[in-house]
Order: sequence, then C-alpha cells, then structure tokens
Amino acid sequence: MATFGKHVKGMTTGLGVTLRTMLKPAVTVQYPHEKEEVAPRSRGVIALKEENCTVCMLCARSCPDWCIYIEGHKEKRPARREGGRERTVSVLDRFDIDYALCMYCGICVEVCPFDALHWSPEYEYSEFSIASLLHDMEKLGEWEATVPEAEPLELGAEVKKAKK
Amino acid sequence: MSPTKARGETPGFQVDPKLYTPLADSKMNVELDTGDMILNLGPQHPATHGTLRLVVRLDGERVIKADPVIGYMHRGYEKLTEYRTYPQITTLINRIDWLSSFANEVPFIAAAERLMDIEATPRALYIRTILTELARISTFLLFLGDMALQVGAITPAFFGFRDREYALNLIESATGGRFHPNYNRIGGIKEDLPWGWIAECRNTMRKMLESCDEFEDLVLGNPIFQQRTRGVGIIPPELGASYGVSGSNLRASGVDWDLRRDGRPDLPYNEIDWKVWTHPDGDSFSRYWVRLQETRESARMILQLLDQIPSGPIMSKVPRIIKVPEGEIYVNAENPLGEMGYYVISKGATGPFRVKIRTASFSNVSILPWLVQGIYVPDIITVLASLYFILGDIDR
Amino acid sequence: MTHLLALNMPGGWGTTLAIKTLLVMGLIPVGALLLGYTFLLKMMSHMQSRVGPMDPGGFHGWFQLIGDGIKFIQKEDIIPAGADRRVFKMAPAIVVMSTFLMFVVLPAGPNAVVAGALHGGTKASNGIGGIDVGIFYALAVSSLSVIGVLMAGWASSNKYALIGALRAAAQLIAYELPLVLAVVGVVVQSGTMNLQGIVYAQKNGSIFGWSGLGSPFILTQFVGFALFMVAAQAELTQPPFDMPVAESELVAGYMVEYTGFRFLFFFIGEFGTAFVYAGLAATLFLGGWALPGVNGQIANWIGPLVLFAKIMVVAFLMFWARFTYPRLREDQLQSLAWKWLIPISLVNILLTGAFKVAF
Repeated sequence: MATFGKHVKGMTTGLGVTLRTMLKPAVTVQYPHEKEEVAPRSRGVIALKEENCTVCMLCARSCPDWCIYIEGHKEKRPARREGGRERTVSVLDRFDIDYALCMYCGICVEVCPFDALHWSPEYEYSEFSIASLLHDMEKLGEWEATVPEAEPLELGAEVKKAKK
Repeated sequence: MSPTKARGETPGFQVDPKLYTPLADSKMNVELDTGDMILNLGPQHPATHGTLRLVVRLDGERVIKADPVIGYMHRGYEKLTEYRTYPQITTLINRIDWLSSFANEVPFIAAAERLMDIEATPRALYIRTILTELARISTFLLFLGDMALQVGAITPAFFGFRDREYALNLIESATGGRFHPNYNRIGGIKEDLPWGWIAECRNTMRKMLESCDEFEDLVLGNPIFQQRTRGVGIIPPELGASYGVSGSNLRASGVDWDLRRDGRPDLPYNEIDWKVWTHPDGDSFSRYWVRLQETRESARMILQLLDQIPSGPIMSKVPRIIKVPEGEIYVNAENPLGEMGYYVISKGATGPFRVKIRTASFSNVSILPWLVQGIYVPDIITVLASLYFILGDIDR
Repeated sequence: MTHLLALNMPGGWGTTLAIKTLLVMGLIPVGALLLGYTFLLKMMSHMQSRVGPMDPGGFHGWFQLIGDGIKFIQKEDIIPAGADRRVFKMAPAIVVMSTFLMFVVLPAGPNAVVAGALHGGTKASNGIGGIDVGIFYALAVSSLSVIGVLMAGWASSNKYALIGALRAAAQLIAYELPLVLAVVGVVVQSGTMNLQGIVYAQKNGSIFGWSGLGSPFILTQFVGFALFMVAAQAELTQPPFDMPVAESELVAGYMVEYTGFRFLFFFIGEFGTAFVYAGLAATLFLGGWALPGVNGQIANWIGPLVLFAKIMVVAFLMFWARFTYPRLREDQLQSLAWKWLIPISLVNILLTGAFKVAF
C-alpha cells in the first residue's frame, strides 16, 4: 500500500510540474518579430579599421582556417621633416575575410598589434549564395559602426595603467 | 585511491543474475527456429546521439550480440594538431566534445603550462573552474532532458534546453561564444569578466537549483521512469573500471573516484567544500540520479567560488611568441562526460609535435557490447541514453 | 437542427441519411482539428515553455493543421514495392471507419443524436431516442480499428512495421477489457445501455437526496472513470502507452510506410478517436449534454455546446498525461492491464452491483 501511495505521489507531482509550466508565460523570443539582446562581447562578425592596418600579415598567418586574404604593396611617402628620408608605408590592396570558412575563434582580433580588427555582435548577415560570404575591405569597414564600446570589467579585475 | 575499489552491499535493490550472464551461445530453440534478426540502429537515428551505428542481433525481443560501429564523425584532430600552434589548437579542441566545450580546453592548456613551467594567476584559475562547472551544468541539463526523451517523456527535453540557455548566456557574456568559448590562454585566460557577471551568475545558479528540483519531480520521481530504468544496464564496478569507463558512469556503480579531488588539478577544487556523489546500484536510474546530484553540486560549488574569487591579473607573464620547451606530459581532468586527457609531445616549436587525446566517450562506448547482452530492445535505447556519450568525443 | 435530427424533414429518410452522413463526416475532422490545435499545438507548447505555431494564419497559428492537411493531400501516393496493394489502401479507411461508427451514438441533446432517430420517430423502447444497445455498440465498433492496424502492418512488407503492428494489436486487445469493464459499472448504476438513458439517469439522479446537480457518475464511479481514462489512453496509443508508435527503432510502427493522405487518415483517426473517447467519457461520467436546470427544447441548442465543453475538459486530462509521462515498455504495459486494471475493474463491478442492490 505504501508503494501505491508513493506511485500516486510520483505521478501527481509530475502532472503538477507541467501544469505550473503551462500557466507561466512561455520563454520563446519570437524571432524575427522580436530579437534577443546579445552580449556585447558576442562574436558575431569581425570589423576592420583600415587606417590602423600596416599589412603585417599576423592575422592571416595565425588564422587556423586560413580564411583571411591580404594583399598589399609598398608606397613611398614624402619625408616628414625637412631633409629627412623618404618613408615607405604599406598600403592595403585587398583584405577579405571568408566567413564561410571563419570559425569565429578570434585569434586574428587578438594578435593584431595595431588594433585594426574588432569584434561586433552583429549576426544577421546570411546570404543566399556562399560566394557572397566573402566580405571585402569595404564591407568589413562598414561593420566598424556596429562595434560596441569597451565595457567595464568586473570587480577585482586588474586595472591596466595606460602607457605614457 | 584506486578506481577499482570493490563496492559494498547494495541496500534494498537486488540485481537479477540473469542479466549478468552473457548469452554467448544463444539458446535458440531448435524446434521453433525463429531465427535471428539483425537490426541496424543506423548512423542516422534519433536515439544514438550522433552518428553511432549499432548493429544488433536479436532473438525475438532479446539482444544476443551488439556491435558498435564508430568513425562516422572522425575529423582527424590529432593530425590537425601536428600543424598548428597552441592558440590555434585551443580553438579547435573546443569542438571535440561540443556540449561542454570549455572543459576540453583546460587539460590541454594545463599540459602546455606545465611543460613551460608557468602557473596561471589565481584569479584565472578561479574563473577557469567556474566556467568548467558552468559547462558541466549545461551538459548535464541536456542529459537530464535527453534521457527522459529517450525513455518517452517529451516535456523534460524542452525544460533541459530552456534551462541550459541561462548557463549559455553567462558563458556568452564572459567569453563571446555560447558553445565554443576559446577563452583559455597559456598563462591564464583571454580577458576578464564583464561588469555584473558575478551577480548574474548567482541568480542563474539559483535558477539552476530550482530547475533541478523540477527534474526531480517530473522525471526522477515518476514511477514509470523508475520502472524503465531500474535494473537496466548494470555496470559492475570492476568491469567498468577495467574497460576504462569514467566519470558519472563509474560513480553510479559505487566507485568513489573523481579527478577533481583525486587527480592533480591545478584548479582550486580543494579550497571549496563539495562532495562526490556515488550510488551503489550501477543501473541507468543511478546514472541519471548521480548526474542530477552533480548538477546541484556544481551550482553550489559555483556559488562558493563566486564568494571566494580573488582579484588580480588574469594572465601571468608569458613570452610574446610561445615556444613550449621539449618534453612530454600527460594531463587528465574530470570532464562532464568522464576523464579526458591529453598526452602532449613537444619538440620546442610553436606547436606540439604530437598530441594524443584520450576521450571519455570512447571508453564509455566500449562497454556497450557487454552491456546490452540479454536485454530487451527498448532497453538498448535506455542504456544508450544513460551512458551519455557524444560522437565528437568518440571519433575526434 | 432538431428538425433535421427528429426527422421532420421533407424528402423522407434519404435526405435525412444524406444530411446525417455529411454531419458525421464533417464533425469528426473538425473535432480532430480542434483537439489537435488546442492540445497538441498550443497546450503542449505552453507546457514546454514555448509558444507553438504563431505565424500560419496570422493569429496564433490557427491555420497550421489545415495547412498540414493540404500538404499531406498533395503528396505523391507511394506504395512500397512488395506491399499488398488492396490491403495497404484499405487499412487507413478501416481505422477511421470505427471512429465514424462510434460517433453516431453520441448524444448531443435530448433529440440530437444521429443514430436511432430514424424515419418515423425513435426506435428506442422508452421513447427517449438513441439505440438501446448504445454503449455496447460503441465499444464493439471501437475494436474494428485493431483490424485496420494489423492490416496496415502486414501489408507494408516491412518487418519493423509488422513488429509495431503486432505490438499495437496486443496492446489494443489487452486494454479493451478494462475499457468495457469500467463501463459495465456505469451501466449497472444507470440501469440501461442506451446512452441517452445514461444521460437522463445522471440528469435526474440525486446525490444523497439532493438533486441540484443531478448525479454525475464520476462521483460514484470514480474508479470506473480512472480505469476508463487509462484504458482510453492505451486504446489511442498515446504516451505512456505509445510503445507501438513512438518506439525509437520502429520510427512510426505500423504507420511507417504511409505517406500523404493515407497518413492523414491515420492522423485524423487518432485525434478523431480521441475526440470520440472523450465524448464517451463525458457522456458516461460527466453527464453528457445535460446541464442542471436546462430542460426542454432549449437543451437541443445548448446541449452540443455543453457536451463540447465537457469533451474539452476530459481531453485536457488525456493530453496532460500524454505530455508528462514517459512510456511503458511492452511487457510492463501488458502486466499493468492484466494484473492490475482488470482485477480492479471486476472489483468495481462487484461493489457497484452490491451498492445498487443495497441503496
């Protein structure tokens, strides 16, 4: 008789759980009518700030999938001061990221020494043809507008002093 | 502490000795020669979490012999690691066991750190532990829902996925990726936690504890679930240990072995107060029960860790170009699925010479042919669900 | 409508027959659709913390099932190569036929019952309409679906379909008995097998002398009600008794080779039968179309609505159990029926008989 009582209790508590869940509001976010808020650090798409890039090729070399294609050439610029040497600068011709290959690991953003690549939480850039997933320099520059501000860190984090 | 400690008396529950005997010479009644049927639980199947193929030989409803066929998801991880640097490998190995992806990175990074003889900062270690336990919670919640689904209840699966989202949101706000955090670096972690993360984490852990209670009410207390899983798929502890079964599967057979406590972790498990859960029966019910208790335990551990988290830097001093000195080392850790280990051979370059990955699910699945002998066909599904393997973990 | 059913129509029995046929053929799919939408799509979703279909049709996805129906109808009619063609085609029709046949005895009002109110008035013995052997006929006809299931499994030329069909047949036959025996208690208490008679017995009865609410049999026959619900759940092969269909390695059991509109027949059969069993439970235990205080001709208009509301309540219980419980293994299912439900139902009949004689 005790097991019968235990069985009845087991069956009814289960029913209670489903009934309670039915009476609470559903948790569904009805995409595309409503959109969820993504975390600012979310790795959505990579944006390029062209003026910072010096064509050092570190990002292309460190990408595990080799999905960044960079081409550049060297140009001569006039000297900065009177009587000085002519400067050579690297100019970026082509900077493509193939998002069909990209695995969103973030190594390129991390290793860039000149802060030219940034993460942006944008994720709605699906295309009908896989070739259009190759984002060229201009498109990567457009993503810069969606890069969020650096957010404050948690309590206890080390506060890095800016270099003079 | 040896993992082959014999288990004590099983209180209350008696094991049916018929279920232990392998039906090696199947007693086929020659007069009514029903013949065997070969059932192919093929690579595409709702019950085999991924592309596992189980070729089962049946005599009526009972299984005579079962052969798992693996390799449908082999991605060549160990070959990939031969040609990549340590940061690149860290991103790739996230994807071995994709449900608890953070936990895959930790032993590998620990191996590289030990070879280089550097220690991560205390804050980094605490954050690593918190995220590993979060990964454990998210994996186990999926298990709790999924095993109920395989046994026939459709509702708990949705609860599992819904509650997992809270843990994944936390991981995303800290690391940027829900499933593949890629957050560990040699010497520490990539960047610090965002503002408000600790308070959010505390709230989420309370929600996790409530949802564990819900699972207990809905699934564990259900007499039908208990009838389906009690006594099904019993793993004797010595046999399990000899096959290499690890993690919650072994603890559910009564073996008190947990690498977080007994191994050589660099992570601060000794500084918090927690308990290793075991269960004396070795059946599917106890595997479910142990994982439910471990989910609760992980939530409590995270709450303690959050109280004790030290402040400071998250990255210790490492050279700019990382070259790991020559040497070999094996580091294992308690992944949610079981024991995961990396044997790293380094020849001083920026990437390892050879990495051998010891995954938990590979050994867990190896006991399947023994385990399903003599049980009914619906019980195969229950056993598969309770062992909880991930194909990416088996095939790498 | 009462004219239609009480037969004061010009044109005689031919027209009436046509109208009644159309009524039954129309109401079953509509009932199936309503039950499917409310419970399968919306109630299940909310029990799982989600919203279900929202877009088809604009307002909370009401068009989803109709759209599914249209999709099934326009699919290619595939019959497996080794299948027995005639039997394969007939099987879904037989499964659905038992639903339609059961529906004709369900009374929706004092005069609103399809069967029995034939040309020339009622054929029942005491003038209250309906067939005399109402519930006996309904339960007998409900067993026809077992033949359809076996035909489907055998004709599919697929060993997994055959296993599923045999399991389903064993289950359906095993649970017929608790179903029938649970109803016997009601029959004993009301004194008649005529469904209209059972409704009147509840309407005109009294609880300990107070006749305000009539005497719904759920109060005295609560054991019978529980048995009926469990047996109905098994007859519909719904969880926790859905081993024949939702079995992980049998995919869909006996229905595995069916596509297109034949599968639609099975689907309508499943939900239509749920509708009818809920209707039977509402009539036998909750009082059917009877509402205390509503008498006379007005009951013919309110009756169907009341019956529908009661059907929704009973169906809620059935689907609630469906979404909560895991499934029983085949041998556990059989032992539940033979070792527990049948003895309990026999004891229930004994006690009902004893109380009927005593009070």
